[in-house]
Amino acid sequence: MSYNLKENVMKEDRLSGGHRMCAGCGSPIAVRTVLRALNPEDHAVVCSATSCLEVSTFMYPYTSWKDSFIHNAFENAGATISGVETAYRAMKKRGKLDETWKFIAFGGDGGTYDIGFQSLSGAMERGHDMVYVCYDNEAYMNTGIQRSSSTPHFADTTTTPVGKVVPGKPQQKKNLTKIMVAHGVPYVAQTTFIGNFKDISEKAHKAIYTPGAAFLNVMAPCPRGWRYPSEKMMEVTKMAVETCVWPLYEVVEGKYILSYKPKEKKPVEEYLKMQGRFAHMFKPGNEWMIEQAQKEVDRNWEELLKLCDM
Amino acid sequence: MGIRERLSGNEAVAYAMKQINPDVMGAYPITPSTEIPQYFSAYVDNGEVDTEFIAVESEHSAMSTCIGAEAAGCRAISATSSCGLCYMTEMLYVAASDRLPITLAVSCRALSGPININNDHSDAMGVRDAGWLMLFAETNQEAYDNYLQAMRIAEAVSLPIMICQDGFITSHAIENIELVETDKVKEFVGEYKPQHFLLNKDEPMAVGAYATPVYYMEAKRQQAQAMMDAKDVIRKVGAEFGEMTGRSYGLIEKFMMDDAEEAIVIIGSSAGTAKEAIRELRAQGKKVGLIKIRSFRPFPAEDICEALKNVKAFAVMDKDDSFNAHCGPMFAEVSASLYAAGISAPKGINYIYGLGGRDVRVESIQHVFAELEKIAATGETGETYRYLDVRE
Repeated sequence: MSYNLKENVMKEDRLSGGHRMCAGCGSPIAVRTVLRALNPEDHAVVCSATSCLEVSTFMYPYTSWKDSFIHNAFENAGATISGVETAYRAMKKRGKLDETWKFIAFGGDGGTYDIGFQSLSGAMERGHDMVYVCYDNEAYMNTGIQRSSSTPHFADTTTTPVGKVVPGKPQQKKNLTKIMVAHGVPYVAQTTFIGNFKDISEKAHKAIYTPGAAFLNVMAPCPRGWRYPSEKMMEVTKMAVETCVWPLYEVVEGKYILSYKPKEKKPVEEYLKMQGRFAHMFKPGNEWMIEQAQKEVDRNWEELLKLCDM
Repeated sequence: MGIRERLSGNEAVAYAMKQINPDVMGAYPITPSTEIPQYFSAYVDNGEVDTEFIAVESEHSAMSTCIGAEAAGCRAISATSSCGLCYMTEMLYVAASDRLPITLAVSCRALSGPININNDHSDAMGVRDAGWLMLFAETNQEAYDNYLQAMRIAEAVSLPIMICQDGFITSHAIENIELVETDKVKEFVGEYKPQHFLLNKDEPMAVGAYATPVYYMEAKRQQAQAMMDAKDVIRKVGAEFGEMTGRSYGLIEKFMMDDAEEAIVIIGSSAGTAKEAIRELRAQGKKVGLIKIRSFRPFPAEDICEALKNVKAFAVMDKDDSFNAHCGPMFAEVSASLYAAGISAPKGINYIYGLGGRDVRVESIQHVFAELEKIAATGETGETYRYLDVRE
């Protein structure tokens, strides 16, 4: 069935409004879109790592989640949802339920790339029938914009402040999507908010309905941490894709498939200049940083094209 | 009547798990509890149980999967020791506050460092404030019996439970044991029917809320109440178990305490050694006795006060240390129990003993009683914080 934005947004929201996330935050957009990819008749258990998302959507005695929901801790969304999914198989085997349930875990990049990495890796390796969705905003935003292994090179964060001798984060961003591919799981995809949300919606549907473990990496900007006007989010994500900073692709049974190839790859500064966290890179004398950032984007993009046989 | 067997403590616990046939086990190997998931996965792979076994990548994930599975509506179990229990610690608190009656078998072992694989109680005592029910066994038989009672107790008060035994001393030593017939076990343990659970299509549920200061304390107060309520449940289930097997259980066990003037308070397998020491001393006409704590959480304060109130001197034996330059955790709790009850006559001292598998001999315990005899005679305790059988 072809994707239709109008029909898609007419589906009932499974995350209700009135939660406490910041205006313009990418995370609840990722959540809503992924949950809309569930067949409306299917039940789901949603898990969230401790994060902005968790503390803002489930503050006792209120919950924004219409599905069953479990928050356990920061570093164990992968293991927690594996426990729930295993319980489902146990109960189904013993005839205690017969309806269809789906299992979706959400974590920020801190809870996914860093502290929850082992738990995620274990869950992927064991092959539970689940989807892990990382909403990647490239730093620890809940605690106040500290660097994570997902933070891009040179970004200004509160633990990599631009100082007199260290110009922002000294290391490159970890490529978690490829690490997840290395687990040999049936479905891995990288996506963000583009145009009519076709890319993320279709990938979410595939991730949920591919039997076995699936991983979805969603660039979900944080206007506070990235320092851009919140109404510009869709421009920022679009530029991330057009500059190939955040390429859209999926890996189905180990086969890399590029979802979108820009007609003309835009220079990385088009993306960097939109965000305050990279402002220092544009100061006189810092041209080398932009050159370096471009080299890194080019290398990753070339590698990805090769993997996609292009 | 029961089935006579010879089993190690680990195998006895694994066998109890098999008889119960729980829904989900999440576990990770660590000496000396490794055998439990090992025996159990053999039951799984041979089709002797239909439990789903999750071989996770860490103890942290073992407890995390148990939390997920129990919240989903299942009976979830695990087993661990030592550093593994430490690594689970964060999740132990979550399991208790989520009020999930998970059952965890613990074969107690020392903590690093120096790294050591032998028995003491540092691991279990280190998590004593996590909100779990904690039962300790002296023998393989007790480890097995406690395990069969665990779910009944935990599910009645919605708290998770640890079934502790001494690493190697009971976990690996083979003893005669009387097993309960599986049909009787199943009837005794019953089905798990949670009121609320994640996989309930008629009523979605949210677990693990963020609670502001307006609500947090009420959640904790309810946990405290459940722990208090557990005392009667443990007694009731222990009595019912006795009706079935002839082996009744309470919160503590008293050994030759009726006319005792000197007593030791002890936990775990060393109680067996201490009983032998007491038999020998009784043969010499000495009025000595023992209190064995079975339930460390909830702490049997009233029972201990009642048992100790008439002794002249007692020693609390801690197989671990609090490193507070003062006393071990059990001495602190026993003393607090007596003080709160207004009992001040018995003189109490504390021994730290058996750390990292240091052998506890009959003579070791007799040395403790010799010291107690002096204290009873003089009324002078001297140093109350003492190490037993150590080179200084």
